[in-house]
Amino acid sequence: MSMPFYVAPEQMMKDRADFARKGIARGRALVAVRYSEGIVIVAENASETLRKVSEIYDRIAFAGVGKYNEFDQLRVAGVRAADLKGFQYSRDDVDARSLANSYAQMLGTIFTHEMKPMEVEILVAEVGLVPDGDQMFHILYDGTVVDERDYAAIGGDAEAINAGLAETWTEGLDRAAAIALGRTALSGPDREIADDDLEVADLSRTNGRRCFHRLATADLGS
Amino acid sequence: MPLFGTGEDPGSSFPELLKRVGLTPTAVTGMSTDVMRELAVPHATTCVALTYADGVVMAGDRRATAGNLISHRTMEKVVEADRYSGVAIAGAAGTAMEMIRLFQLQIEHYEKVEGSALSLEGKANQLSMMVRGNLQAAMMGMVVVPIFGGYDLRRKCGRLWDYDATGGRYEERSHVATGSGSLHAGTVIKVGYRPDMSRDEAVDLSVRSLWEAADADSATGGPDVLRGIYPVVAAIDADGWNRLADDDLAARFEAIVEEVRSR
Repeated sequence: MSMPFYVAPEQMMKDRADFARKGIARGRALVAVRYSEGIVIVAENASETLRKVSEIYDRIAFAGVGKYNEFDQLRVAGVRAADLKGFQYSRDDVDARSLANSYAQMLGTIFTHEMKPMEVEILVAEVGLVPDGDQMFHILYDGTVVDERDYAAIGGDAEAINAGLAETWTEGLDRAAAIALGRTALSGPDREIADDDLEVADLSRTNGRRCFHRLATADLGS
Repeated sequence: MPLFGTGEDPGSSFPELLKRVGLTPTAVTGMSTDVMRELAVPHATTCVALTYADGVVMAGDRRATAGNLISHRTMEKVVEADRYSGVAIAGAAGTAMEMIRLFQLQIEHYEKVEGSALSLEGKANQLSMMVRGNLQAAMMGMVVVPIFGGYDLRRKCGRLWDYDATGGRYEERSHVATGSGSLHAGTVIKVGYRPDMSRDEAVDLSVRSLWEAADADSATGGPDVLRGIYPVVAAIDADGWNRLADDDLAARFEAIVEEVRSR
């Protein structure tokens, strides 16, 4: 009778994490930047049709990097959870924090129980009624949740991008400035990203009930 | 957070999702028409809709009645379904309002899951299925008969649909009226209707039709100057849903009053 090899739990977790991280690092990053009226999310994405950023609920947006089919599955699950909660209780009861917790639970379970962890990192952003209420949650492949305040970068190279944002971000930016900031942070000093390779969405307090709004290439104003 | 296998995935349908997670609202069944009458559930009444050159105008009074009593004075029976469409609803108020809520949610849910909005005809079809789903309750007297109208972004025109209690869906070219005052309101519009009216003319005609309906039908509410309650009137065109302000409506009713007085 053959015995299965013993693998230390530490080693198993590390292998899984390495695997997920490698998958995520292959893709392009995205950033979310808080500005005076809300939050803009700027992603480097060559595709016009396969979106990285999308609407979850009235004041909540979702952004994902890594394997498209996996974060899209998470996006749809989020829309369903939010719409169900809004239907069962009230639209006011749907919030990013509980959504982020559900995502964390799900990703954590998949990370430890499934054959393969999800190769994704996601961001859940909520625009508050006042600037103080703006929230961003960065959720990792293993279910780790990090809450961010003014800006967040997810995906390959996130650390360098975050460092760039830490230097340039200031309170009270307008939308155009926030987009420009995100764009420079994404590209780094050595290159420029063409308008066509950018996907930009805006979560603005001034948009009425549904705050999410996608910006067309023509609106980027560069 | 709901996750489904490939076989059970509800796709972009919200009612189907509700079924999967066991949250489908309980249908009213197994009661006789007499019992339902005894319960005196509020009923919503007159709504009209007509097409004009750039889109559609939808209008509805604000009254709900239970038997011979007025149960609500500020019901909103004409509501925005999404940016480019609206529903007007007459019939058992509770069921009707719940249907509208579910319909609005379904349109938005579809748009978010799919990443693109349903076509206008697709929305009209969805509503048809919801009305048919209410057939059991309709047979006990809880009939719900909506009007659906909106601006068709592909065909660049306003379109209207009329429904019957079994979910039958009929597209109308010019105008449609539903509810207890529909005979009077519909006649006013039929007589005054011309193709290619301006928005202003279409709004005036819809307001006039509600005035006449309120004049002849006890279940239809007229303008309530005392409390400042006016019908809901909305125009939907290429710019989307646009509800008229109460001041604007007050002025239009004032004009009708002047005209009637000077006869």
